[in-house]
Amino acid sequence: MTEADRFGAYDEHEGFGEQEDHGKDEEYGEHERYGGDGEYGEHGDSGNGKKGDPDPPHGIRDGGSPQGPDGPGDGDDHAPVPGRQPPRIPMPRASVEDSGRPLPALDDLRAAMPDPAPLVLEHHVLKSLLGAWALAACSAEETAAVEEHLGTCGSCADEARRLREAVGLLQRPDSLDLDPGLRTRVLAACLDRRPPRIPVPEWARPYDAESARLDALLQDFGDSEWHAPVRLRWFDGAQALSRRTTVAGVIAHLLAVDGIVALALGLDDPLGGTDADAPTPAGRTEAYWRASHFPPTRSVRGPWREQSHGIVRTVSFTGGAAKPAVSYGDFELPLHDAMIDRAFECWVHAEDIADAVNYPYEPPSPRHLHRMIDLAARLLPGALAERRRSGLAAPARTPRRLVPAGEPGRTLRLEIEGSGGGEWLIPLDSPAAVGSAEHEVAHVALDGAEFCRLAAGHVPPEEAAAGQVGDREAIRDVLLAAASLSRM
Amino acid sequence: MAKKDAPPRWDRKMQQRLARGEAAALGELYDRFASLVHGQAHRVLGDEHASDGITREVFAHLWEHPEAYDPEQGPLRSWVAALTHRLAVQRLRATEAAALAESDHDSSEDLERKVRHAYVAARADYIVQSMPAPLRAALERAYFQRRDYRQTATDLGVTEDEARRRLRLGLQLLSTAHDAGMPGAPPGYGGAV
Repeated sequence: MTEADRFGAYDEHEGFGEQEDHGKDEEYGEHERYGGDGEYGEHGDSGNGKKGDPDPPHGIRDGGSPQGPDGPGDGDDHAPVPGRQPPRIPMPRASVEDSGRPLPALDDLRAAMPDPAPLVLEHHVLKSLLGAWALAACSAEETAAVEEHLGTCGSCADEARRLREAVGLLQRPDSLDLDPGLRTRVLAACLDRRPPRIPVPEWARPYDAESARLDALLQDFGDSEWHAPVRLRWFDGAQALSRRTTVAGVIAHLLAVDGIVALALGLDDPLGGTDADAPTPAGRTEAYWRASHFPPTRSVRGPWREQSHGIVRTVSFTGGAAKPAVSYGDFELPLHDAMIDRAFECWVHAEDIADAVNYPYEPPSPRHLHRMIDLAARLLPGALAERRRSGLAAPARTPRRLVPAGEPGRTLRLEIEGSGGGEWLIPLDSPAAVGSAEHEVAHVALDGAEFCRLAAGHVPPEEAAAGQVGDREAIRDVLLAAASLSRM
Repeated sequence: MAKKDAPPRWDRKMQQRLARGEAAALGELYDRFASLVHGQAHRVLGDEHASDGITREVFAHLWEHPEAYDPEQGPLRSWVAALTHRLAVQRLRATEAAALAESDHDSSEDLERKVRHAYVAARADYIVQSMPAPLRAALERAYFQRRDYRQTATDLGVTEDEARRRLRLGLQLLSTAHDAGMPGAPPGYGGAV
């Protein structure tokens, strides 16, 4: 978790001065009234008789091990522990403030600051450390020096207590715990109460939902997560392939490939002027990766998310109208299928990412999963034909006659179990043929998630856990064809 | 994700898109504010289910009444925070009052104490969100990322002196969450809802 993301969503907005209840006079930059002594009514740095007082200020020192106050998350836990004595720390030497003599020049103090331990710090410096001390963000020596000082300086002790209590108020927003299903439920409830004039088309909703889920996963990533290694895996028709990248590299990949949809919609190409070797998903991705001098970083998240929002927004407007075909370089998909395909890829890669950083990640909602499986099932006959053309699959079994377009032909029944599943009849001999229960020669049953892993190229076809009845060769060809749907 | 120059324009456009009935805008609104809303509601109510309900209410309110937000009056984020706070405290009062009616144990002082506690917590959230970005960034480093102030200084490209000052100042601002009088106006400008 780093600042850029945790507060990324906050950074875009208002300065402090815009808030009514804090008023313009508290604008950042006029901090003197805080940094100075006036605000908290401190005495004039001459000590206030607390020196030598054996009782530490309530609640301040009890948590004050040499490591400083309790770490984050234990903010409430600073009540005094009965019977437990504060650590015995030698009394601080009297500081110049306590002596009533004039303070040394600020520059001298600055020069003295980086001194190594043991530390004897001026009151001024000790006070400036109170915030860092309350956050357990100073060195052990400084912590000790501050805590010694608190026993002798009432004003600092008061402020220290106040700041410690303030630390208890800091709280990380619980975005991690936000149920991903909540988005769907909240949006549905809203749209129920006021039907949208410009709805998100049914076929764009899986993409909308999956990109939002992935974005929520990324929300809490720190640098180590962004740079965690990920291996992209796919099956090129003959063999399993893979490519090493990082979490940020995966998002760059999604950005580059989603870009083909953006292009089809007339939006900006994230590749900009960069020339891809081939306008394919892999070609575009490699070009994008190459184009930057440094490996992708978290900064890729913004452009990716902005593009995905832009795509959803644009298809909502162009929805029913003429839908452009989306070119993947060596093949095309109608826009609505391309949007399902991108949703599928988004989920698959979100799982890659979640695996890489050991986060759990759920499959899409059954309705969306069903659409993804349906797309794969519809693409299977074409993929089979393609494999045949390239000699990778057995020739069509049409000894005497070709199956005319629109006629029933040999069929495989694909049964997908689990939520989002269903049954599909896959014509085996030609993409133009019609699947038919009467011509069923084989039956394959797979779990939905397993089928998706297969179609994503994450499971070798021969190892897919599939229940099989009937023509072995046809089944093998179909499973291989399913795997060959995968790409980088 | 943050675009530092985005705010007022983004707020205004968002409002127009919501008013136009653009479902995609509602999705974007959710993506930007859901964790804020849910986190804040949870802080007040301490209950997942109730916080889900508040989240639904907040977004439904904005979706149904986008005109209720006036970009001239301040950022949408503050408005959303104020609305969330209001609805969450309302819910807390209602549930606590119901519990009070059923039980002999709790007293109305308990209720007020809970409300007061929730109020301080929500106000603290609000202060963190509206404090100047440099202060928030410093607190973020030191608290959430457990960087010490020297590392914080390096991260933020400021002197160690300045890092200490920001941490202290940020906490001082935060500590004012305790100062506010009882409920009255929730944090943020009034008039949400």
